[in-house]
Amino acid sequence: MERRTLFPGRLLPALLILPQLVLTFVFFLWPALQAIKSSLEREDAFGTSTEFVGLENFADLFNDPLYLAAIGRTAVFCAGVTAVSIGVALLLAVLADTEIRGRAFYRTMLIWPYAVAPAMSAVLWVLMFHPQIGLVGAFLNRIGIGWDYKLDGTQAMLLVILAAAWKQISYNFIFFLAGLQAIPKTIIEAARIDGARGFRRFRTIILPLLMPTVYFLLVVDLVYAAFDTFATVYAVNGGGPGQSTQTLVLKVYLDGIVNANIGSSSAQSVVLMVGVIVLCAIQFRFLGRKAVT
Amino acid sequence: MAGLRLEGLRKSFGQNEILKGVDLTLADGEMLVIVGASGCGKSTLLRLVAGLETPTAGRILIDGRDVTRLDPSERDIAMVFQNYALYPHMSVFENMAYGLKIRGLPKAGIRAKVDAASALLGLDALLDRKPRQLSGGQRQRVAMGRAIVRDPKLFLFDEPLSNLDAKLRVQMRGEIRRLQRRLKVTSLYVTHDQVEAMTLGDRLLVMHQGVPVQLATPTEVFERPADTYVAGFIGSPAMNLLPGTLGRNGTAVSLEGTEVGLGTRRYALPDGHGVILGIRPEHVALDPSGREWPVEVVELLGSETLIHAGRTGAATLTLRLANGAPVGEAVRVSFPPEHLHLFDRATGLRLDPA
Repeated sequence: MERRTLFPGRLLPALLILPQLVLTFVFFLWPALQAIKSSLEREDAFGTSTEFVGLENFADLFNDPLYLAAIGRTAVFCAGVTAVSIGVALLLAVLADTEIRGRAFYRTMLIWPYAVAPAMSAVLWVLMFHPQIGLVGAFLNRIGIGWDYKLDGTQAMLLVILAAAWKQISYNFIFFLAGLQAIPKTIIEAARIDGARGFRRFRTIILPLLMPTVYFLLVVDLVYAAFDTFATVYAVNGGGPGQSTQTLVLKVYLDGIVNANIGSSSAQSVVLMVGVIVLCAIQFRFLGRKAVT
Repeated sequence: MAGLRLEGLRKSFGQNEILKGVDLTLADGEMLVIVGASGCGKSTLLRLVAGLETPTAGRILIDGRDVTRLDPSERDIAMVFQNYALYPHMSVFENMAYGLKIRGLPKAGIRAKVDAASALLGLDALLDRKPRQLSGGQRQRVAMGRAIVRDPKLFLFDEPLSNLDAKLRVQMRGEIRRLQRRLKVTSLYVTHDQVEAMTLGDRLLVMHQGVPVQLATPTEVFERPADTYVAGFIGSPAMNLLPGTLGRNGTAVSLEGTEVGLGTRRYALPDGHGVILGIRPEHVALDPSGREWPVEVVELLGSETLIHAGRTGAATLTLRLANGAPVGEAVRVSFPPEHLHLFDRATGLRLDPA
């Protein structure tokens, strides 16, 4: 049973949670309600009048091939970011879990990217992969691979996936390392005596014991990739070339702020909101599950 | 052929020498119990034999084969861990079958072996369960089963009973003993529990600070402890160890003015030599003509009574008496010479009469 502190009366407890409630209301509930309201309205071209249009914005959205394409693009982006960040983080965590000299040092180094601002990390990747001045980009061009993410949509997508995944690798790494260290040493030793080595030991003993962590990170990474990568993607190429890296979050911004189509943009954010709620529900289910199967 | 042979085995962690040279030979099918206080190096010794640690020096031979540099899986051993170390995500069957599967045994062969082992251990009904659905005793049995199916040359037990409650421990102790006798597999069993050590081992190895101090049968360790450490470690309550000096041409010991005769024994050491007189609590005899010791604490244990006697600042004496023995403010006791042990006060080693 957790320890509970009881405050006397009603005023003090109310006062103590007030700041949080105010923050939640001002920065979350209010804009959310505003978005729902605007999603049901349409403004004229000059922004002088608005009329109530019901679900028309939503209907338009799902009949718009550009929006449907953005959904597909976001799915590819999310899958890519999640796969890369989980795969690389797991590999690094397994390597960092072995007993070697100086591990405290490189464990710290591996956690570092998480502290880098998203836009900053995007710039780092741009500097590396810039076709003329980027170390990697220029190298690719020199060896004959036509690399220019500003022209080639697939390459641009690849780059934003890498840039977005890079940051998340650190986060995943921390969880995987903690998960690995939570596996009792004697179980690994029992497996050694049983003759399980290398990849087989990893696949049959370590990975199954790590699965709860993998499920958890899967959801967290999907949420991150879908909703939290605006800065990274926008800083790399602003959603371009064309619309090739325009994910749903980017589209909300471009349609609403840049193109001033408030109704459609609001409808899109409402759709995203539903998505977040669904993913959070899934995440809570996993977090709520204590037993390891 | 020797089941297990250790030659000059040493292990250091950094500057810290944990194991300071162990030589040991186990006969085929023998069960040796390694006993000692925590930190004496007994677990390190076991882990070296298992191959989970690499020795700093020395050789390990299992069934005549040098395995010092081999991987644990190539040593043909099985180990039972203190916390059982069952694979939590596998059923009881899979836990036992895992090692066989890795060795590439055919499915039918695995099935037969696991079935035989689980019948032996009474696990038949539990094969589909996961470890977390089992009680402590059942988990312990699965851990044993996992070791048995492998048909190893050597069993290693690392304090396998210390996570069980007292009653179950007694029961499992008996089971391990029967099983080992029946399978006749050479076994190394590490424990800090002297009762386990006394009841399980064909022979005992008492370790102290990385050094083996005595290797003998349980009876001999009990009756002729090699030094004061063993004397104090084996037996409960511990043996009384009273400092004194040798006198009367090596036929008596003087304890703070009281003289204790050594019977027919005579020690070839000069009178005045510092010794430690040892006597087990159950051997101290009530004797109206003996020296008086003030009683400090009386412990009634039901079947027997323990009396702790002694004067402040001086040596204390523990007596173990049958229930109902008259106990007042003081006891008068004598030390029957046939039950006395003598140790050198300087080295702590056992002294034998000339």
